Amino acid sequence: MLPEFFFGYFACAILGLAMLTVTRKNLVHSVLWMLLLFLHIACLYLFLNAEFLAVIQVIVYAGAILVLFLFLVMLLNLREEHEARRFVKAWQGRLAVCILLLTVIVISVYKAAVQPTGGYSITFINEMGHTKVLGTVLFNQYVLPFLMTALVLFVPMVAAIVLAMKERKR
Amino acid sequence: MSELRLLTPEIVLTVCMLGIFLSGLAIRSKGMLGLMTIAAAGVTAYLVPSASGTAFEGMFVADAYSSFFKLLFMLTLFLAVLLAIGSRTIREEYATEYYCLLMLASIGMMFMASANDLIILYVGLELMSLSVYVLTGFQRESRWSNEAAMKYLLLGTFATAILLFGIAMVYVLTGSTSIAAVALYVMTGGNTDPVLGIALLAIIIAFGFKIAAVPFHMWAPDAYQGAPTPVTAFMSVGPKAAAFAAFGRVLVEGFGAAWAEWAPAVTILVVLTVAGGNLLALRQDNVKRMFAYSSVAHAGYMLLGVLAGTIAGMQAVMTYLAIYAFMNMGVFTVMLMLENGEERSAYAGLAKRQPLLAGAMLIFLFSLTGIPPAGGFVGKLQVFLAAVDAGQTVLVVVAVIFSVVSAFYYLRLVGTMFMRESEDSVSCSASKTLLFAVILTAFFVLLLGIFPSLVLVG
Amino acid sequence: MELLVTIAKTVLYVAAVFGVTLLHVAYATYFERKVIGRMQGRIGPVEVGFRGLLQPFADMVKSLFKEDIIPAAADRTLFFLAPVIVVASVMTSLAVIPFFNNGAIANLNVGVLFIFAMASLAVYGIIVAGWSSNSKYSFFGSIRSAAQVISYEIAMGISLAGVFLMAGSVNLNDIVLAQREQPLGMFAVLQIVGFVVFVISAFAETNRTPFDLPEAETELVAGYLTEYSGFRYALFFLAEYISMYIMAALIALCYLGGWALPGFVTRALPFLEQVPGIIWFLIKVYAFMFFYFWVRATLPRYRFDQLMAIGWKILIPVSVVNIVITAFVKRWLM
Repeated sequence: MLPEFFFGYFACAILGLAMLTVTRKNLVHSVLWMLLLFLHIACLYLFLNAEFLAVIQVIVYAGAILVLFLFLVMLLNLREEHEARRFVKAWQGRLAVCILLLTVIVISVYKAAVQPTGGYSITFINEMGHTKVLGTVLFNQYVLPFLMTALVLFVPMVAAIVLAMKERKR
Repeated sequence: MSELRLLTPEIVLTVCMLGIFLSGLAIRSKGMLGLMTIAAAGVTAYLVPSASGTAFEGMFVADAYSSFFKLLFMLTLFLAVLLAIGSRTIREEYATEYYCLLMLASIGMMFMASANDLIILYVGLELMSLSVYVLTGFQRESRWSNEAAMKYLLLGTFATAILLFGIAMVYVLTGSTSIAAVALYVMTGGNTDPVLGIALLAIIIAFGFKIAAVPFHMWAPDAYQGAPTPVTAFMSVGPKAAAFAAFGRVLVEGFGAAWAEWAPAVTILVVLTVAGGNLLALRQDNVKRMFAYSSVAHAGYMLLGVLAGTIAGMQAVMTYLAIYAFMNMGVFTVMLMLENGEERSAYAGLAKRQPLLAGAMLIFLFSLTGIPPAGGFVGKLQVFLAAVDAGQTVLVVVAVIFSVVSAFYYLRLVGTMFMRESEDSVSCSASKTLLFAVILTAFFVLLLGIFPSLVLVG
Repeated sequence: MELLVTIAKTVLYVAAVFGVTLLHVAYATYFERKVIGRMQGRIGPVEVGFRGLLQPFADMVKSLFKEDIIPAAADRTLFFLAPVIVVASVMTSLAVIPFFNNGAIANLNVGVLFIFAMASLAVYGIIVAGWSSNSKYSFFGSIRSAAQVISYEIAMGISLAGVFLMAGSVNLNDIVLAQREQPLGMFAVLQIVGFVVFVISAFAETNRTPFDLPEAETELVAGYLTEYSGFRYALFFLAEYISMYIMAALIALCYLGGWALPGFVTRALPFLEQVPGIIWFLIKVYAFMFFYFWVRATLPRYRFDQLMAIGWKILIPVSVVNIVITAFVKRWLM
């Protein structure tokens, strides 16, 4: 009973916070609601016994990415949302897209027949510790994509030199 | 450890890229760094054919298909470096970063060609796209370049998100991201699942964005026009080829048994792309923009080969891409050589002023139109034959009709070059490198047109 | 019923930990003033109570009764919320620190990372404080602080990875236990590089001298604290000292052996095992607190670009190299 209650709270809170995030006029407030949203999502990971992911969610999304958002919003000094002319104004269209997407997701969730495969059962993960299991999978089975990610991260570094650094003189 | 042997080309190119990045601290000469990059591409190309097999639990596959594309990417890289050396828009101070980004994009493309798992495909795509976004905005003092990069980034990210959505759906269905698992699932009767339809649609839309197929082409004209011309040349060939490589493997190998499910969507895409690309190209005054639409149209012809859904179809696409690489790079090189090459007026009387350049341009334009003996004819013929074999006769007729329409705008440029009077004010780059690139590409376009067996895959 | 008992026990424990920590914080200020006083040839607070021992309480009363000023152009909600965010996130980190064997309120498997997560939340309090005050000084102070904390968190995390590799765990309790058979019973010997990086980052992370730029009074009045007064100011002050304790505790736990005694000591002098572990823990924590104050009395402040250069160009590369070497040694030599 208790887990269902908490899950219900987090699910509703996430929806509410997401709504708040996209409807605030003040961008700083928006970002702060989003912070709360990320914290709730982190708690959802705890339901899955994925404490490492939960913490990483907070460290990476809340601690790094969102701070950059906040920096950007502040440096641009956008106290109020800038009213720009939009191509499409009708809210009906947006609603239709949302409903469509929701339908798609609901159908596919019902269709999801995936059972946990391989040796990683819940008891096994609890025994080994989630962090260790994740590390084992990441550094063995998925080591190639992991290494490729390093290259992907190299690109923004080069990009920062090219696009943002002070003009280079000969 | 032995699995890493299959990745030798990628590893070598990565190490060379890092080496060039570091040596950029000491060497600031664009030519020298360019030669190093070409050497790296050469070594990588030499290593490509010897790798064969699968690695990392089947995630990475090196076969004839991937080898062909990797060689094509190295060729594109080589030509792109030549263009960069000869171009003034790529400034000497930023040469290191430019070459590194080109190489990073190429590494991403190589992984895309070898991806046998949707995760690898995604990361490779991301590596390629991010590098190309930056390259598009490379001319940072130009507002056009900034705008192009911004548009490309936003729409490209959107496409990637859709692709991820599709991958997630595939995972929902099969419990795996491996293309082999997808194939198994589809073969064992999963092809009627509505979720599979959604997954397919998402994947097709995402790749539609990447190859700039109508109606997902909106970014292409702006990005192509705003990017520095050497980058335009690169991105109209390399990323497109890589997207086709991955698209082919996913659709034909993974979803091959569900051909009946994805064929209608791709058919619509083909018709719209061939029609839209050619009709919109007709109305362009800006030559660079015209060629942007022209490359949209060419993506449509190539899609026809994918639509065939057969190995022969993909082989035709590969042939087409090889020829397309030469002719499109050639066109952009000529454009780069002329001052104000983006304007139609720059071409007036070119035949009298620069007979060599005009001749080369003539070959490229004939090839793009599909007039023998230039190579483009062979490519189109192959694709059309494969499509007819697969029973797509009506579509081929449509494609041929619009191919005729395309002759109008290609040949109009020929007319400008040969019929109009020269305006002496237009000067021409004296760069030997660019001239070499033009002659090389023109030579190969002719060679492949006359001896198509050199590149016919199969 | 059992559940209620567990909850009641936990609540009591939490209250005890917080209460004791607050007391420690109060005396940390006294300790600091005394230490710095002595180092500068002064005597520090002596008036209130015996040798000035009641000084912290006098300060507390003062800040509670001070007038609470809110700038007219401030974003009131966020202005009120900022100190709460900071204090709450810092206090939460206390939950995972084992003061003695299995003595943490919550013995998490990801203990250290949890502290990092909370530290990254505290940044929001600082940014929000600076932004909502609607003052240039506050804003610059908060931006600086955020940039500094984020940058040094990277170096800090990477240097700790060496410890994780040595211990084979991210759980603070396991890390302490893993140190017993190390040379001198601490990781600080073999992980000396990581230790130095971590200590330097700890100074930056807590905005202490020589990296106290966010509060550099000569340039920014008082940084993000400029517009705060009274109780709210006291909350920020509290948070700063708690985070100093947390950093000291992390260093004690991860590098100095925590509450455990080295194996060779307990074998030679078995009776020492009877001493509660919290004593050893507190000795180590206070040794480091003393170090904090010592540095504050000794070193001048860095310039902001120097601070960033140290973080990104020295500490991060050094700690990365440290991980690589540790991993190789652990894989092939141990």
